[in-house]
Formats: sequence, structure tokens, C-alpha cells
Amino acid sequence: MKRAFPILAILTAGLLSYGLYEALVAAPTDQLQGNVYRIIYYHVPSAWTAFLMFLINFVASVTYLIRRNVKADAIAVVTAEVGVVYCTIVLVTGPLWARPVWGIWWTWDMRLTSTLVLWLIYVSYLFLRKFSSGSQTPVLAAALAIFGALDVPLVYFSIWFFRTQHPQPVIGGGGSIDPRMLHVMLLNWAAFLCFAGLVCWSRYRLEILQREVEETQALEALLDRRPQ
Amino acid sequence: MISLSSITRATLAKDLRLEWRSKDAINSMLFFSLLVVVIFSFVFNPTAEESRRIAGGLIWVAFLFAAVVALNQTWARELRNQVLDAYRISPAPANALFLAKALGNFIFVSVLEALMTPLFIVFYTLRALGPAYQLPIVAVLGTWALVVNGTFFAAMSLRTRAREIMLPLLLFPISIPALTGMVEATSAILTGEYSARFWIALLVAYDVVFTIACLLLFETVLHAE
Repeated sequence: MKRAFPILAILTAGLLSYGLYEALVAAPTDQLQGNVYRIIYYHVPSAWTAFLMFLINFVASVTYLIRRNVKADAIAVVTAEVGVVYCTIVLVTGPLWARPVWGIWWTWDMRLTSTLVLWLIYVSYLFLRKFSSGSQTPVLAAALAIFGALDVPLVYFSIWFFRTQHPQPVIGGGGSIDPRMLHVMLLNWAAFLCFAGLVCWSRYRLEILQREVEETQALEALLDRRPQ
Repeated sequence: MISLSSITRATLAKDLRLEWRSKDAINSMLFFSLLVVVIFSFVFNPTAEESRRIAGGLIWVAFLFAAVVALNQTWARELRNQVLDAYRISPAPANALFLAKALGNFIFVSVLEALMTPLFIVFYTLRALGPAYQLPIVAVLGTWALVVNGTFFAAMSLRTRAREIMLPLLLFPISIPALTGMVEATSAILTGEYSARFWIALLVAYDVVFTIACLLLFETVLHAE
């Protein structure tokens, strides 16, 4: 297992650089938008990665509530943190792209709003984890994750009523995309996923170690007190 | 075995009696939302036409902020003398306690709304152009939406440091769809420009989903150690 980490790191570095070259140089220029569209190679893969992270967080939270498995809770922490980072990238690159193409930075449309609300929920999730202490944290956090997951469809439907400005999803949404562009986008997604996996992995190890240290310290404090 | 409803009734009666004698929550909520109304009307200084459009938002934001005052002290009261710990080790069903607390908060916030609504009408010269009979429906559904999750998250934030700040941080993001529903439904009824049906349906869905979620998860959260 220890050898797999550097291998994944090298693979990620290779994929990210190849993806960068493909996105900025090799991919064809968009007919309507020109070079501006190239931000799609960062915006869309980040969104997919963020949603995947939040999905894993939800599954890990439910698993924790059922099984009370410490590892599931560690996975939930890690995926929430990495998911928030990727979601932030989506929320920053989105307006940067929207301004030249739509002429506005932001609009309260279905996908934008639900992504923003998702981001808000997971930031509050991280706040909860930070502000609560002791062994009850995982249970509270898992409950909040379930509430968040229930909330997102409701947000989506509440905005559904308004006109939607965001383009249909390029895959499975009836939109059309040049196969060459799709190829570059999927390549970048693979690179982003590898990077997310890499960060999650080291963060997971850190989380487990941190918990071991805390346990040892608590035990030592208990043993120190006994002789007196 | 004592039944669920008798425990709920006993806890609710106790909370109402405590509130009736102290009037802490209701007075602070009333004054707080009065301040919000006055400050908003200074800031916007709206005409009748404008106020009809923005009043839905103002009313619900004022009630949401004021409700947090009541929600925060829901459980804080039970911490004194280890009442909550006693409840935890008793065989009484956790959901009975939750329902009592949620109903208590629902009553407090409803009283607040009943007292504040006339003031809103006077300050913003409101008159509903749409079907006004829908307003009480929206009020009941919206209040329950705020209160059910608020009671749950107040129980959660009780376990954290800085618990008074934690409650709005947890409650507001989750409440966004409910708040959209309340505001849009109220605006729809006040302006009479479009139907409030969709938003009322959304509120019903929100209430059902989160009431079930709260009842399923409350015991876990109460016994979290």
C-alpha cells in the first residue's frame, strides 16, 4: 500500500500536465465563444469531482450511523473538506466564465443556486465539526450530512420554477459537444479525480494518525493522574 | 409504559407554563422583530406598490431571525440541573420530547406572528390582491418548516462550543428552500400576479420530508456520546 502512494502521485502529476496541455493547446477553439470556453476543462471536471465527493460523504455518513465505523467517519471528514475545495473552484470559475459569455457574473438559476446551497451546507458541516468536540461529533455531523442530502433536491425544485440560464449538461442532457472536446474534458476529469484521491488519501492518513495521538494522550493523562 | 402523547403533553404544558410565567422568549422575540420592522422601513422607505413586492421577504426574514431567539433557549433550559441527562437515561421515547419542544416553539412563533402581522400591515400599508385565505396556510406550513428543523439543530448545537452562533449557521443553509417557498408564496398572494400553489406544495414537501427526518434521527442525536 505504501508504494501505491508515490505511484498515484506520479500518475496524477503526469495526467494533470497532459490535461493542461490538451486543454490549453491541443483542444480545438470553440466556434462561438473562442478561447474563453477553455475554462470548461476546469469548471466541469471540478463540479463532477465535488459532487462525487459529497456523494461519498453522504454514503460514509449513513454507513457511520448504521455501523459506527470510525473509518467511515474519517472518510466523511476527508471527502467533505476536499469536496468544499472543489466546489469553491466551481463557484469561482463559473462567474469568470459567465461574465464574458452571458454578460453577467451570476444568475439565480437552478444549477448555480443548488451548487451554492450545497457549498453553504458543507461549509456549515465543517463548522459543526470544528465547533463540536468529543465523541459526539461524528454522529452530529452524519445527521447534518443526511439533512443536507435531503435539502438539495428541494432546492433544485424550488429554482426549477424559474427560467434556467445554465446550459444543459453536456453528457446525458441532450447538449452537443465535439468528441475531441469531450475527450479532453474526460481526461481532465480523470486527472482531477486522481488529484482528489491523492489529497483524500494523505488527509485520511493524517486524520487516523491524529485520532490515535488524541487517544494516546487521553490515555496518558488518565494514567498520570492515577498515582496521586 | 407511559404513552408518547402523555409525555409530549406533559413536557409541552411545562414549557408553556414556564414561558407564561417568565415571558422571556416571547418578549425578546417581539422586541427583536419590531426592531427589524422599523429598521427595514427606515432603510427601504417603500411605497405601497413596492412594499407589496418586498413585504413577503421582510416578514419572513424578521420571523426567521426572531425564531432563532426562541429556538436557542429551547434546550438551554434543560441543561440546568441536568434535566436533559435525566431524560436521556429515562425510558421515555426521545421523539415525545422532540415533538413537545417543536410544538412549543411552533406556538411561540405563531403567537409572535399573530402579534407582528398587524404591525407589518400598518407600517407597509399592505393589502392582499390575491386570495388572502391562503396566507394562514402559508404561515402554518412555513412556521412549522422553520421550527421543526430549528428544534432539531438547536439540540445539535447544544453540544458545540459557541452554541448560540452555531444554530443559525446550521439552520439557515438548510432552510433556504423553505424560505424561498414562504417568501414566494406570500409575495404571490400579496401581489396577486401569479399562483402560490407550487410554493405551497413545495412547503408541504419540505415539512413532510424534514419532519420524518427529524423523528428518525432525533434519538440518535439525543443519545450521541
